[in-house]
Amino acid sequence: MKMKFFSISAVALLLFSGLNSSCTAPSPAADPTINGAGASFPYPIYNQWAYQYQRTTGVMINYQSIGSGAGIAQIKAKTIDFGASDAPLEKQELDQAGLVQFPMVIGGVAPVVNIRGLESGGLNLTGPLLADIFLGKVKNWSDPAIAAVNRNLKLPAVDVTVVHRADGAGTTWIFTNYLCKVSREWQDRVGNNKSVSWPTGVGGKGNEGVSAYVQKINGAIGYVEFAYAFENKIPCALLQNQAGKFVSPSLDSFQAAAANADWEKAPGFYMVLTDQPGENSWPITGASFILVRKDQPDPAKARAMLKFFDWCYRSGPDAAKKLYYVPIPEKVFTLVEKDWAENLRSAGKPLWP
Amino acid sequence: MKMRRKKRYRSTDVLFQYWSAFCALVIILVMAGILAELAVNSRLSLREFGFGFLVSRDWNPVTRQFGALSSIYGTLVSTAIAMLIAVPLSLVIALFLVELAPPALSKPVGFAIELLAAIPSIIFGMWGLFVLAPVMAEHVQPALKTAFGFLPLFQGPPTGIGMLTAGVILSLMILPFISAVMRDVFAMVPPVVKESAHGLGATTWEVTRKVTIRYGAQGLLGASFLGLGRAIGETMAVTFVIGNDHRISASLFAPANSIASTLANEFSEASEPLYLSALIELGLVLFIITLLIQAAARLWLRRLEKGAGVK
Repeated sequence: MKMKFFSISAVALLLFSGLNSSCTAPSPAADPTINGAGASFPYPIYNQWAYQYQRTTGVMINYQSIGSGAGIAQIKAKTIDFGASDAPLEKQELDQAGLVQFPMVIGGVAPVVNIRGLESGGLNLTGPLLADIFLGKVKNWSDPAIAAVNRNLKLPAVDVTVVHRADGAGTTWIFTNYLCKVSREWQDRVGNNKSVSWPTGVGGKGNEGVSAYVQKINGAIGYVEFAYAFENKIPCALLQNQAGKFVSPSLDSFQAAAANADWEKAPGFYMVLTDQPGENSWPITGASFILVRKDQPDPAKARAMLKFFDWCYRSGPDAAKKLYYVPIPEKVFTLVEKDWAENLRSAGKPLWP
Repeated sequence: MKMRRKKRYRSTDVLFQYWSAFCALVIILVMAGILAELAVNSRLSLREFGFGFLVSRDWNPVTRQFGALSSIYGTLVSTAIAMLIAVPLSLVIALFLVELAPPALSKPVGFAIELLAAIPSIIFGMWGLFVLAPVMAEHVQPALKTAFGFLPLFQGPPTGIGMLTAGVILSLMILPFISAVMRDVFAMVPPVVKESAHGLGATTWEVTRKVTIRYGAQGLLGASFLGLGRAIGETMAVTFVIGNDHRISASLFAPANSIASTLANEFSEASEPLYLSALIELGLVLFIITLLIQAAARLWLRRLEKGAGVK
């Protein structure tokens, strides 16, 4: 009886310690796995690039879409190799945290609507009107303010239901940044952040949650990253840009918005692409950024990581365009790589080229 | 010979006693640890907002003003709706299974109900979003609006996403737990007691009401509190359909939020220290609410115990 008790507990202890040690034993590293985390806005394209890169070179990039805020926090805490954020950090914050920032991909945020009885003829909205809708001042789709910019559409008298993000998101940051630029009241009452106190509406979790709610609720209007609107075939509204033209979200209009940006003069590549000038520019465009430490602890891993980013710049554009992201133009990524050569070091030695 | 054998058994017993006591102590230590961790990490928010946190309706990450009232309200109201629907329904189901159903029916129905309990909560959430929400929006909510639209409870646009839908989903989730325990409680009523009531000429309904239910009142209460505990902490199912709006509305059609849904949505992106601390304080509030409900349940059960007659 006693022997049985002891022998069973001895076996259990052995098994437990055996399991424990095998879990913590380091496996011999062939190629380093590079870990990144952050924004969900560019997640589809980062995932695709990581997959393609692994197939061509065997190096594994592991990207987790946990949100811009968490990505910034983790790269600051040095728990990951690179962070991703839709909201760029200012030069001051970069210097304080010892980080280098550069843009990786450009995308657009589109307002999506679901109004039963409206043919997908394209609803026109202006910036201030969009802000008023999200402020809760325009409560019904038959409101004269909406009819004023849509003279050739017959809008049913359906209640407006605003759908926003329930979780904090870079997509919200880009969207509220635009609303602040076009509406003084929005700037005073709500502000620009990854998570705000929404005056009205329901919150969906993630771009997927917002898409789902908009599709389910008649009279809903929300905002999603363009790929989601396109993939789920949810009608987008047209927005009036700075030049006064009503444009619809597309690769061309995102590219037009990014074309005029002056990256050279931007310290730390801090650039916000909302409400850009240009005939065809889409007003709610945003770049998504990568953050890496200035001083890299592991030179081999750092070089492998930079090689991956370089591959994304040079060989990644096709995949990006398929998913409706605008790739970073060559003259900009040349500037980025120059920045790497100047600022990135490992134990004092330069890492690039 | 005999004495040596006795000693061997005794030392194993003692060892087992200590080991099991240790395991029990670990549970208490873990709970105390969780409470301590929550308290320590919400220090920043406790200092900043103090007691006002519990009564403030604000939730503004931009101006950094946080308040738990809308989350507490949402948690309590969605749980209340769930209990209002689930408890009577469970009672009826349990009675049916024990008293009225032929064995050929009670076994598969009982099995089906237990299967309902095994469905993961996120599946409930998805089902709620894709199936229940449209049904609520197109049939149930408009019907309620036409019938009871004069009450502030049923005003506003029937979007199908909001407090009412969340309450309904929660009720479906806690139904199997409550009915399973109630069924066991009813099954434990001694047949002698029921038969003597029948022998005195009572109808089935009278026996059910005056003997079975009254006999098992404590167990029924315990079952309800079990369901309550589950409903109050339920996260994913609620997050999908409650609408995630930090506002207190009188209408059940309006979106709301619960403590669990707020934590699920906002925790990973809250990188700012005060924001994070406020969220952790929300977690602390939920922990304390759960403890209070458990304490209330125990007190109520003890009162019932004192008044109980037949044992």
